Amino acid sequence: MFIGAIGCEPLQLRRVHLENSRSLDVYRKNGGYEALRKVLDSMSPADVIEEVKRSALRGRGGAGFPTGMKWGFVPKDSPKPKYVVCNADESEPGTFKDRYLMERDPHLLVEGMLIAAYALGARTNYVYTRGEYRYLIEIMDAALAEARAAGLLGEKILGTDFSAEIYTHTGAGAYICGEETALLNSLEGLRGHPRMKPPFPAVAGLYGCPTVVNNVETLTAVPDIILMGGDAYKALGTEKSGGTKLWSVSGHVNRPGVYELPMGYDDMERFIMEDCQGITGGRQLKAVIPGGSSVYIMPASDIVGKDVRMDYEGLVAAGSSVGSGGFIVMDDTVDVFESTKNLTEFYKHESCGWCTPCREGTDWLVKVFKRIEAGGGRPDDAQLLLDIVDNIEGKSFCPLGDAASWPIQSAIKKFPEDFRRRLARESPNGGGTKEGLPTA
Amino acid sequence: MSQQFTPNNPLPQEAKVPDEIAVFSPEVEAEIDRHLAKYPVRRSAILPLMFIVQRERGGHLDPPGVAYLADRLGVRITDIWEVATFYSMINTEPVGRYHFQICKTLSCKILGANRITKHCAERLGIKPGETTGDGMFSLSEVECLGSCGTAPMMQIGFDYYENLTTEKVDDIINKCRGGELPNGVR
Repeated sequence: MFIGAIGCEPLQLRRVHLENSRSLDVYRKNGGYEALRKVLDSMSPADVIEEVKRSALRGRGGAGFPTGMKWGFVPKDSPKPKYVVCNADESEPGTFKDRYLMERDPHLLVEGMLIAAYALGARTNYVYTRGEYRYLIEIMDAALAEARAAGLLGEKILGTDFSAEIYTHTGAGAYICGEETALLNSLEGLRGHPRMKPPFPAVAGLYGCPTVVNNVETLTAVPDIILMGGDAYKALGTEKSGGTKLWSVSGHVNRPGVYELPMGYDDMERFIMEDCQGITGGRQLKAVIPGGSSVYIMPASDIVGKDVRMDYEGLVAAGSSVGSGGFIVMDDTVDVFESTKNLTEFYKHESCGWCTPCREGTDWLVKVFKRIEAGGGRPDDAQLLLDIVDNIEGKSFCPLGDAASWPIQSAIKKFPEDFRRRLARESPNGGGTKEGLPTA
Repeated sequence: MSQQFTPNNPLPQEAKVPDEIAVFSPEVEAEIDRHLAKYPVRRSAILPLMFIVQRERGGHLDPPGVAYLADRLGVRITDIWEVATFYSMINTEPVGRYHFQICKTLSCKILGANRITKHCAERLGIKPGETTGDGMFSLSEVECLGSCGTAPMMQIGFDYYENLTTEKVDDIINKCRGGELPNGVR
């Protein structure tokens, strides 16, 4: 598996190949904790937030909300304690970048969190890591212990008046806990159900106190923004999408991996065919899901020869979005009906059950998919799926319902033949023999 | 919450409260204390403590373990079950010593997860969702584990096994049977 940068100097990934890259010693010898030093020596919290705003950094977890603006929503005059929570619940299918950031460069996350804590006035901070990533929690605990012993964590950090603590916290297997309010409920020891917004976490988050929840990749971008300045960071990317982005590439490519690309990398076809070394077995590209399972699927015809620019605006223009950067490549052996069924089963399993449209809707979607797969497809089933989706999208309590809807909408729109074949019972898997199977 | 119902202060009406509370060694109690010290609210430690209790009680949350958690966290028995039943990594039923959890989500699926699952099922003689009669192995299909670049993959306990082939699976099973692999529970 490849880990590295293409089209730019590695920024967030620049230490990952060093020997003992996890250790504080190697981190400090390679520029580590200099940004924290700079912040504590010469910047006010407002300066830090301003610098992050200038960088045009957008949340890398999937929603793409401007990070500086999110930080700016935290009330300055609140008497309540404030919290920074790192969202390391990386569970979006196709996404595995945070895992390698934490595995190879845990101190970068510690430093990013400390700078965020300074900017927001947070004393206690948590890294919420998905339970399956237990080995990363152990790596983070070791890094935190090292930082504490070196006076980089705890009371009077680096001899200044700034004090902050970071603790690791474990999830226990629930995709929904990547949604920030569900994550906060989980961190409070509850079921991971999302909360009503507003109030947003910036005003009433963890324990009802002002809280910022940021993804690992977002927080690990902060030290470089401080060191090089927000303007220089932004200039690495485009006007509206600053900096670099990590893409987790999986599926039918010869070289899967974590790729750091400048925002605005041009273009997606070259990225797949050259940087990722093309499709396995010399087969044809059929489809790409570029931003984790929750974004619109792109057919090869929307990529090949289309100069798709890989940033927030470029991908929206091409009919999809950046999402989490979980880049799933599929060759022409993949039946998009089956791949969509697979993802729908994922959303059904991960629906938290809190709201009816998502809980019942995803269940019905899977039932219809299973009936069609078993050979009981009917000509109007594509419309039936779209009708169910229409009762989920925009009507669920949190974005999980939307995320379950978009793959189906785009798959039926972009790959009508894969669905038509099933519904006409011409599928290669023996469809067309069984009549009127029950829907349950 | 106006009133806390714990084994020491049970519900007024008849309710199923375990008559036994789990007891742990001073080392485990110290480990639990370290987790509790991280949070201003005790209940926040519910998941880390569940993993510890699960580990110490043979792999799943049993009623004495649940009673312990309720007592230690100052919440009701039902609060513990409410949380335990939400999270897929908290076992409310016994599982095998080696729990093969094979990722079935898209990237693993298109790179042969089915082949791995089928092979495991044949070699272990159980279907997904089952445990071998000797309690040695359990087999599950699970959703994305964030290992898509090294697909297909599975998790045993807390350990990842990536870029799987049927030969690698055979090797893993043999090592489990020979006691050479950690069961990943920690």
